[in-house]
Amino acid sequence: MNILYDERLDGALATPDKGSVLADLQQALPDMTLLHRAEDLRPFECDGLSVYRVLPMLVAMPHTLEQVEILMRRCHALGVPVVTRGAGTGLSGGALPLEKGVLLVMSRFARILDVDPQARTARVQPGVRNLAISEAAAPHGLYYAPDPSSQIACSIGGNVAENAGGVHCLKYGLTVHNVLRLDVITIEGERMTLGADAFDAPGFDLLALFNGSEGMLGVITEITVKLLPQPQCAKVLMASFDDVGKAGKAVGDIIAAGIVPGGLEMMDKLAIRAAEDFVRAGYPVGAEAILLCELDGVESDVDDDCQAVRRVLEAAGATAIDQARDDAERARFWAGRKAAFPAVGRMSPDYYCMDGTIPRRELPRVLKGIADLSEQYGLAVANVFHAGDGNMHPLILFDANQPGELELAETVGGRILELCVEAGGSITGEHGVGREKINQMCSQFRPDELSVFHAVKAAFDESRLLNPGKNVPTLARCAEFGAMHVHNGELPHPELPRF
Amino acid sequence: MSQDSHDANRHEQDRHPTHAEANRPADQDASEALAERVRRAHADRTPLRIVGGDTKAFYGRRVDISGVGETLSTSAHRGIVHYDPVELVVSVRAGTRLSTLEAALDAEGQRLACEPPHFGETATVGGMAAAGLSGPRRPWAGAVRDFVLGIRLIGHDGTQLRFGGEVMKNVAGYDLSRLMIGAQGCLGVLSEVSFKVLPKPAATRGLRLAMPLESALERLAEWGRKPWPISAASYHDGALHLRLEGGAGSVAQTAGQLGGDTLEADYWAALREQRLALFTDDDPRPLWRLSLPNNIPPLALDGDVLYDWAGAQRWLRSDAPAATIHAAAARAGGHASCFRGQHGAHPDEPFAPLSPVLAKYHQRLKQQLDPYGIFNPGRLYEAL
Ligand SMILES: Cc1cc2nc3c(=O)[nH]c(=O)nc-3n(C[C@H](O)[C@H](O)[C@H](O)COP(=O)(O)OP(=O)(O)OC[C@H]3O[C@@H](n4cnc5c(N)ncnc54)[C@H](O)[C@@H]3O)c2cc1C
Repeated sequence: MNILYDERLDGALATPDKGSVLADLQQALPDMTLLHRAEDLRPFECDGLSVYRVLPMLVAMPHTLEQVEILMRRCHALGVPVVTRGAGTGLSGGALPLEKGVLLVMSRFARILDVDPQARTARVQPGVRNLAISEAAAPHGLYYAPDPSSQIACSIGGNVAENAGGVHCLKYGLTVHNVLRLDVITIEGERMTLGADAFDAPGFDLLALFNGSEGMLGVITEITVKLLPQPQCAKVLMASFDDVGKAGKAVGDIIAAGIVPGGLEMMDKLAIRAAEDFVRAGYPVGAEAILLCELDGVESDVDDDCQAVRRVLEAAGATAIDQARDDAERARFWAGRKAAFPAVGRMSPDYYCMDGTIPRRELPRVLKGIADLSEQYGLAVANVFHAGDGNMHPLILFDANQPGELELAETVGGRILELCVEAGGSITGEHGVGREKINQMCSQFRPDELSVFHAVKAAFDESRLLNPGKNVPTLARCAEFGAMHVHNGELPHPELPRF
Repeated sequence: MSQDSHDANRHEQDRHPTHAEANRPADQDASEALAERVRRAHADRTPLRIVGGDTKAFYGRRVDISGVGETLSTSAHRGIVHYDPVELVVSVRAGTRLSTLEAALDAEGQRLACEPPHFGETATVGGMAAAGLSGPRRPWAGAVRDFVLGIRLIGHDGTQLRFGGEVMKNVAGYDLSRLMIGAQGCLGVLSEVSFKVLPKPAATRGLRLAMPLESALERLAEWGRKPWPISAASYHDGALHLRLEGGAGSVAQTAGQLGGDTLEADYWAALREQRLALFTDDDPRPLWRLSLPNNIPPLALDGDVLYDWAGAQRWLRSDAPAATIHAAAARAGGHASCFRGQHGAHPDEPFAPLSPVLAKYHQRLKQQLDPYGIFNPGRLYEAL
């Protein structure tokens, strides 16, 4: 089933005349960069999920909020869809353009407006890179906690839109836990503020609703984030295992011992080898799995916790336990993990990164299921996880130049996500649904739940102009997907009309 | 919905055997009865006043349904559905007493880190989640909504819905779970909530440090930039009250550095449950809650103030006009709400007014999720 926007299933779009939309916008916004020639549009045809590409009708690159307002009003009036893009590192095709739409690029809003060390907050524009916030806060002994592996490149606006996570989210929370306030512009061109500089705001928690809303409800134009004091000390243990299941169980044992590590990550053999080849992190290439466990806080507590974790790992059957001797070694241990995706990318012409979550106890069972799928379909799968959170990133290796391999990789990916849902988990932990997992949403949610999502969307964007086709599938799409995908002999949505 | 079609519509997640229910005698799944009641209300367009233990009836606007509506009690729908300490997750039916949940967590050395207030023995988990009020640990640990992983909800037409789940991370679809926290039942009936729970810390210590208010606020701002194990900070009656929580080493070390007197162990519960002097009801003046950014100096408002959340939550006993209090809080970057009116009466309009744009989108959302205005009409704002 083709993943690209399909008006038959995803809803009809207005068919505007490119020339007249261009003329209209140029007249309304004479000072805004507006790209329209194919060669200028090309760099924007995909996000981090580069197997799917679509040339947008136009690319708008505003640099003032007034321009964003006017752009929204004009597009609303013309019935032209708007897809917002941050840095374009998203892995689910959330910023995949529409042929009949305007791509709104927020990268020129790249200023840090204010760092307030007394209030421990930073006020930033949406195009600011994630890492730049921590860099600006560092002189005050503060940092911004969520640290996606893409943090040198991804934008904070994109982080909010995806509710991005990172290796330290087990202890310090996801984006939603670290954002105090958002300024947004609606599709009708109105400005509003969600949340507050205080810890809460009156009315419904629209701040939480907008986190992870994938550019479907409004354009995020300013963000106030919480800053935390840098931990006094951080130590990292690396444990090797001769069996993936044992490593998976050790994760639960650490938590059960009452310890919440700053980070708890796991990599399997293929990922270990790839990372070691790429960055020489000092990983044990003979191991079936490694766990990286970071403990941070006040030194005496960290030392106690290191002892406790060491005991747990030994009892869980770790074959070796190494503690990083200094900050340089600690950075090296993490470098391997943070570079895991590109490292795997070097081993194979293409890879497809999944993002399912499961209850931790299901780790061994789901890993076994993934191994079986890998064997069955003949595609290698490397596993990298935010193990503490039960968030898995199976990386499916394939070659898009081989006819049929992309489809095969998609099939394996879809089956892995179904495994996650069956295990009580979710099809996406942090990368978002975007376009990529639009069909799997039909397995995760029932039609009446999808209808509630549509109702929420309608409250903010009745004419479905913001990022149409992403995040929540139409019921028509689910009916078609269900018809193609009869699961265990049951028809998932028998009540829906079928095409 | 018949039992069969209900089964066919079950979620994949629910089929898994480890999600089977605990069988306690007092526990029961009354969700279908609740849903049926909502379906009738939907058909008759009857407004419902949703209650759990009715301990927070004072909070928010009065839901006036006399003559036209009915009370919908969740209290028969109770029990811990699923608790797995290793997963740090617990799923609880809305009518379960908050104290029952806390006792179960305590037995495993865990807790709800947001330490929500009960305001009465009969407080339920559903009421706590709908009110969304958090205790003294909030600035350091997070609010109720920060610990919510998933919900089951009864929608306006009586359908039983599930959003989020029992996993730590889940960004599939919109975050309906967190949207419901603090919505005070205006968007649907919460029938079950899944929370992330946390282990209790190894050590805890309460300190009382006598000092003037200005020095206390100054120090709190400074300590806020240090990785100290502070988990609560209040100021009243000439003293700063601090709670330290963490490893034995860091707590002892910090306590040694700070000095001061040891605080009674039940102080934080008394603060949270509003049993301290400022809250007691013989004061006729309205009680206001001010929610402010960190590091705001004392506001020029008549009345008595108790500082919680290191100054970010202030309880004010004042006769000042509501408009004056709202304006002062807004100028400081926060907002005010009236917790108790004159002589403890129900305040007419407790919450800060929304901006026109925000009010419009609140109404649209209400219109979409509760088109006939069945759920707790007017509890938050007259138009919702
Ligand atoms: C190597 C690599 C590693 C990664 N590691 C992680 C990780 O550890 N954790 C993680 O969570 N993610 C990770 N990601 C995914 C990605 O970096 C995140 O999803 C990130 O939040 C996307 O930010 P962006 O600025 O690139 O957004 P984009 O890709 O440009 O957009 C993402 C979505 O946000 C919307 N959007 C963007 N800006 C705005 C705005 N201002 N207003 C409204 N909507 C907006 C878009 O419409 C789209 O739906 C990784 C990606 C790569 C390539």
